[in-house]
Amino acid sequence: MNSTEWPLWEVFTQKKSGLPFEHAGCIHAPDKEMALLNARDVYSRRNEATCLWVVPSGAIVSSTPDDMGSFFEPANDKIYRHPNFYKTPGANFD
Amino acid sequence: MKNDALFEYCLRLGDTSLILSQRLGEWCGHGPILEEDIALTNISLDLLGQARSFLTYAGETEGKGRNEDDLAFFRDEREFRNFLLAEQPNGDFGVTLLRQFLICTQQYFLYQELSNSKDSSLSALAARSFKETTYHLRHCSGWVQRLATGTEESRQRMLDALDSLWRYTGDMFDTDELEKGLIKSGIAPDTDLIRKKWDTRVREVFSEASLSIPENVFQITGSRQGRHTEHLGHLLAEMQVVPRSYPGAVW
Repeated sequence: MNSTEWPLWEVFTQKKSGLPFEHAGCIHAPDKEMALLNARDVYSRRNEATCLWVVPSGAIVSSTPDDMGSFFEPANDKIYRHPNFYKTPGANFD
Repeated sequence: MKNDALFEYCLRLGDTSLILSQRLGEWCGHGPILEEDIALTNISLDLLGQARSFLTYAGETEGKGRNEDDLAFFRDEREFRNFLLAEQPNGDFGVTLLRQFLICTQQYFLYQELSNSKDSSLSALAARSFKETTYHLRHCSGWVQRLATGTEESRQRMLDALDSLWRYTGDMFDTDELEKGLIKSGIAPDTDLIRKKWDTRVREVFSEASLSIPENVFQITGSRQGRHTEHLGHLLAEMQVVPRSYPGAVW
């Protein structure tokens, strides 16, 4: 990274109160206040959100492609982990 | 007579937003960083919205059938009533942000007071503009402080910007008989009150930025009478060329 470049921040937007925050994208900013304002201008200037989070990208901990097998596959062949026998509102296990 | 005064007053409000919007629009694609490019043009669009409303209302008040476009594109330099400060060239990023801060602070207190106007259209437009101006002010106050307390170079640029722009600040508070009449009838807010609030806020932001208010600077005024600096003509030429070359064009 170019050393004169501002730090990277991840932006999360909440469409309305009570809904989960969703990742919108990322922006550059020199500090917290600027990160919030930039996030607003880039991702919510057309009324897309009612609340914003900005998080330094370095603070995000992510799983890696190597984790894929051990993390996610075991669920595939264990039908008893999926509550297919119940009707659950808003969930789709197909 | 009352309508003439109101027409003139709406031009003063609308023209400052229009010309400042045009100036900020010049940054489109030239911002120092993508995020700031979007921020400046975003403010520019808000200002354009304000200009459209005030000029539309000016046209209605005048009663000669002129709409926002007629007023924006078919008036000449001497008929414009925008603050001299608004037409000053963008210069570097520091000049643009300081100019924005100085005008924005005026607009912030103006709209706050104007939202109590006895003219219901003006009060509604002011209340709407006040919200977005609150955001603009937060944006540019932060930048004034950041640049003035940043590196040696950014600070020097802010000092230079202050030196070149301060002479146009008095023009924002120049009050004539027409405005005094509107203040008396409760349509326009008291200019002295706005000046006081402006002064206090500017001092607060400057003190956090370790900037001092320049003393004994000769103030250039004239926007109330349509006497502008040499920069407005060039700006208008660019802004008006298309509608004047192709009147009535639509796309």
